[in-house]
Amino acid sequence: MLFQVVVLLLALSIGYALFSNTQANLERQSIATGFGFLQNEAGFEIGEPAIDYSAADSYGRALLVGALNTLKVSFVGIVFTLLLGTIVGIARLSHNWLVSRLSGVFIEVMQNIPILLQLFFWYALFYEAFPSPRQALNPLQGVFLCNRGLIFGVPAEHPAHSAMLIALLLGMLGWWLLVRRGHKIQDRTGRILPMHRIGMVLSLLLPLLVWLFAGAPTAMDIPSLQGFNFAGGVTVSPEFSALLIGLVLYTSAFVAEIVRAGIQSVSRGQVEAAMSIGLRPGQVLRLVILPQALRVIIPPLTSQMLNLTKNSSLAIAIGYSDFVSVANTTINQTGQAIEGVALIMLVYLFFSLSTSVFMNWYNKKMMLVER
Amino acid sequence: MSEKIADTTAEPMKPPVRNVGVYGWLRENLFNNWFNSLLTLLILYGLWQTCVPLIRWAFIDSLWFSSAEACRDIDGACWSIIPNNVSFIFFGFFPDGQQWRPLLAMLLLFALVFYSKDRKHWKRSLGVYWLLGLIVMGTLMHGGVFGLPVVETDQWSGFPLTLMLALFGMVFAYPLGVLLALGRQSRMAGIKTLCVVYIELIRGVPLISLLFMSSVMFPLFLPEGLSIDKVLRAQVAIILFTAAYIAEVVRGGLQAIPKGQYEAADSLGLGYGKTMRLIILPQALKIVIPPSVGVLISAFKDTSLVVIIALYDVLTTTKVTLSNPDWMGYSREAYLFLALLYFVCCYAMSSYSRKLEKELHTGH
Repeated sequence: MLFQVVVLLLALSIGYALFSNTQANLERQSIATGFGFLQNEAGFEIGEPAIDYSAADSYGRALLVGALNTLKVSFVGIVFTLLLGTIVGIARLSHNWLVSRLSGVFIEVMQNIPILLQLFFWYALFYEAFPSPRQALNPLQGVFLCNRGLIFGVPAEHPAHSAMLIALLLGMLGWWLLVRRGHKIQDRTGRILPMHRIGMVLSLLLPLLVWLFAGAPTAMDIPSLQGFNFAGGVTVSPEFSALLIGLVLYTSAFVAEIVRAGIQSVSRGQVEAAMSIGLRPGQVLRLVILPQALRVIIPPLTSQMLNLTKNSSLAIAIGYSDFVSVANTTINQTGQAIEGVALIMLVYLFFSLSTSVFMNWYNKKMMLVER
Repeated sequence: MSEKIADTTAEPMKPPVRNVGVYGWLRENLFNNWFNSLLTLLILYGLWQTCVPLIRWAFIDSLWFSSAEACRDIDGACWSIIPNNVSFIFFGFFPDGQQWRPLLAMLLLFALVFYSKDRKHWKRSLGVYWLLGLIVMGTLMHGGVFGLPVVETDQWSGFPLTLMLALFGMVFAYPLGVLLALGRQSRMAGIKTLCVVYIELIRGVPLISLLFMSSVMFPLFLPEGLSIDKVLRAQVAIILFTAAYIAEVVRGGLQAIPKGQYEAADSLGLGYGKTMRLIILPQALKIVIPPSVGVLISAFKDTSLVVIIALYDVLTTTKVTLSNPDWMGYSREAYLFLALLYFVCCYAMSSYSRKLEKELHTGH
């Protein structure tokens, strides 16, 4: 008890000493405290803002743009990482020697090289290896690769697109209802209906029908060379691409190991038992292997997703305007180091905590599968 | 009684030729069904398409020991950037003519690491060797005695700085992490809260924010007139960061120890300190060797982040080399070389941990 009090007092007194030093230093250097600076004009531009932003906007808005940029790259990164990581993890277990060796090499190489070095490498590749827009590489029709980034064509805007989106959502709702109905019928009668297949057809057919009814618009917004750069289409900047490629490749190596371990954790007897009661291979995977493997996979997977989000802060090193990069510019311009670093920490803590809340919820849902 | 019995000297039948040898191996591992055969062919085609130009670029059309001008005329890799700048990449601003000192210090470090690899050498004397080794390395780097000119710490850069940040990061973070883990498992509510808040706070934020804190915010914390070396501040940030991760790993090990071990220690009349030191920690730390090596490898890789607060580690010196007009445009070669350097270090660590895990596995 005494020990505890001493330790706490010690921590408090260190905190107090730091606080009073800081107060004295701030007064001496006449730095204002508090978050009032957020309303001041930022005066710097941000590349590829997710919402409207100009140099005349406030620091608060600049930081918001930075946070949205962080979210954007993390979200896209997580989606691609899950895809690639799962594929590589399964490939590691393949019976094909070449496939499993190659994925093993991929995992070792990616895991053992610092992420920052990988980011520099991909960024340098964009700037040094890719040609200027005039000689842009054209691997597919409408897709251009040059030192201004990846530029590709998209369907030209048409009112049918939003209607198609609604149709797709309706189709997926129908799919979900069908599956529920299918389960009920199976519980009552034991008959298994191909509800997933019907649902899939439904959610593809509905948007297609809408598209046909709207007169099948096929106009494309193809990028074209104008002067020194491309006009039209969608441009993904080299900064964003390099950051995304680096984060995805690095993190998916770790995800692959997690997926492999998860699948291997399901004992062979489970698969044999499932096959002996007559389940088809697809059902064995969906009903027996995955529910058990996911329970092993999800907790470490969560921390990898968080790692990806935290590593996205390295964007500052290659000039992508994520939250840390904007906050750093803000600190340099206003001198409000304490507020700036505190904001960085708060934002990342918020991302971390909300992700873990969501993953814990998902984890619990998966746990219920266990009887 | 002269009935014939079966001739037992007959040769045993060999397995069919399609199941053995190179042919059998290929059948078994690459072409065992139509899907795998297709996959194999596709991959071989892909490898052919990528590896041939890559090998041409890296080995055939490349230059290894030439001047920067000669590199302008070739299509392949210009590896010459490495031999021409090797002393700056590795030793940074360490004064010319004195660079044998960091080289010797690094060799000494590698020798010590190599010596410690063998578990037969894990005795008290090993600690003494390390202490002596560190003193010698410090003297070599800093100088000031035996006629060696003094080299201030702000000139320590390049690979020795990377190794130093990593080594001290690991050495100090580990005991701190163990203490934090014990604190988190402790029954004393105040200490437990303190440790939980610290661990979760640090694990929730990126290392870069701690480095920023050390470089822009920390000077404000100190009383007037007192300033702490920039390298040391970054070192402390790395230690504090790594310790939180070590703490979580060690906590896993502590939780894996059965309750009976604690009760047995209690019933022997051992106090908290002795229980932990003699019973719990030796078992828990053994369990967590593989995951803690993982944390240490991350710590080693993370030292490269100091590039962002402008410390001259081996990544920064490489970037500085690349900003030299003569060598601009050869980033790929330089980064690939660095990647190889990091890969060798990290791979050695991880394969050693796998070996150690096997050796220490006593079956329970």
